Amino acid sequence: MVVKVYGPVAAACPQRVLACLMEIGTEYEIIPVDLQTGEHKKPEFLARQPFGQVPVIYDGDFKLFESRAIIRYLAAKHGGHIGSNLLGRTIEEKALVDQWLEVEAHNFNDLVYTLVFQLVVLPRMGKRGDLALAHSSEQKLEKVLDIYEERLSKSDYLAGNSFTMADLSHLPGIRYLVEDAGMGHLIRGRKHVSAWWDTISSRPAWKKVMHLLN
Amino acid sequence: MAAPVKVYGPPISTAVSRVLACLLEKEVDFQLRNVNMSRGEHKKPDFLKIQPFGQVPAFEDESISLFESRAISRYVCEKYANQGNKGLYGTTPLEKASIDQWLEAEGQSFNPPSSSLVFQLAFAPRMKLKQDEQLIRQSKDKLAKVLDIYDSRLGQTQFLAGEDFTLADLSHLPNTQYLMNATDGKELFTSRSNVARWWAEISSRDSWKKVVDMRKPPSS
Repeated sequence: MVVKVYGPVAAACPQRVLACLMEIGTEYEIIPVDLQTGEHKKPEFLARQPFGQVPVIYDGDFKLFESRAIIRYLAAKHGGHIGSNLLGRTIEEKALVDQWLEVEAHNFNDLVYTLVFQLVVLPRMGKRGDLALAHSSEQKLEKVLDIYEERLSKSDYLAGNSFTMADLSHLPGIRYLVEDAGMGHLIRGRKHVSAWWDTISSRPAWKKVMHLLN
Repeated sequence: MAAPVKVYGPPISTAVSRVLACLLEKEVDFQLRNVNMSRGEHKKPDFLKIQPFGQVPAFEDESISLFESRAISRYVCEKYANQGNKGLYGTTPLEKASIDQWLEAEGQSFNPPSSSLVFQLAFAPRMKLKQDEQLIRQSKDKLAKVLDIYDSRLGQTQFLAGEDFTLADLSHLPNTQYLMNATDGKELFTSRSNVARWWAEISSRDSWKKVVDMRKPPSS
């Protein structure tokens, strides 16, 4: 069974799904979507993903969008033993994975998105980013990462002592922060966050996703 | 009989009421411990111990201490799978995936503009804060686009994830309740016929009526 992934490899949300596919070893096919030309806002794509966002996947006839819903589905449906570890094996472990997935979605993601949009995306389009907005997002992200630092001083990974979806979900955003937005100090300046980032970003599955970028 | 679960936070909080609605749908006994946010109780060390981001709600039962309303809701559905509304989080992997998809759409696309509007239209006046007119306009525009998509979806299915009421619909109750009762916010929903039909159905559920009751100030 080959899972079809619609979206550019360069974008964060498709990367979240690809990282999951690499971890569970499921065959996939990438169908690129050209965001630059607005392909994602055209009727043909909107018929697949009505919000005009990437990615959307097809598993046979079953279509699914929202990367954090997709990774939960893929791990449960195709992930076997590995998928089960990624999601949490007991109800309580699952709840902690969900908790930190929600933290990523609601306390981390928006700040990273704002920073990357203002400091990287707008300049690439030849426009000026709002530096004041970027700065205030950076300050808020510092406070969030202080909480991560405290958490990661008590457990090796966010949801406990093994790597789960909660950690995986952070990979694309942190990569953008460190490699594109010049915000590496946010990670490197925190001992446990830094060690955690080194560990999760050196996983073979993530390296395979990075390889696709080249 | 298990001890009641504990929910920490004020019932007027949208995220707290999301969890309360879920507990009521699942017929799980709970105790609500208020957190006085106007006095900054949510930023004090005692509360930060159970919710390090200083946000409400926090949740505890005999097995676990949790935060993030959508994670708490999923946990309650899994833990108490055999009681109350058994289909709330789906009974098959495909149903669950569809519910997760619309839960994520709520969290990522519906929540940001609707939360801004809830704050600007419902809370800022109560707190005697000046409303941000530009933010209100931008949030209404964004929410209008999202609701156009919802209106189309709800023309194909009875509820967001399919033909039954699920956690995905429930997750929209708190913000929409405030907007339906604020002067300008209502029109966004009532002007879209499928969205209006959906709102009438989901807001008339007994569980939601109980939550709305809990938010009313006690009559003197």
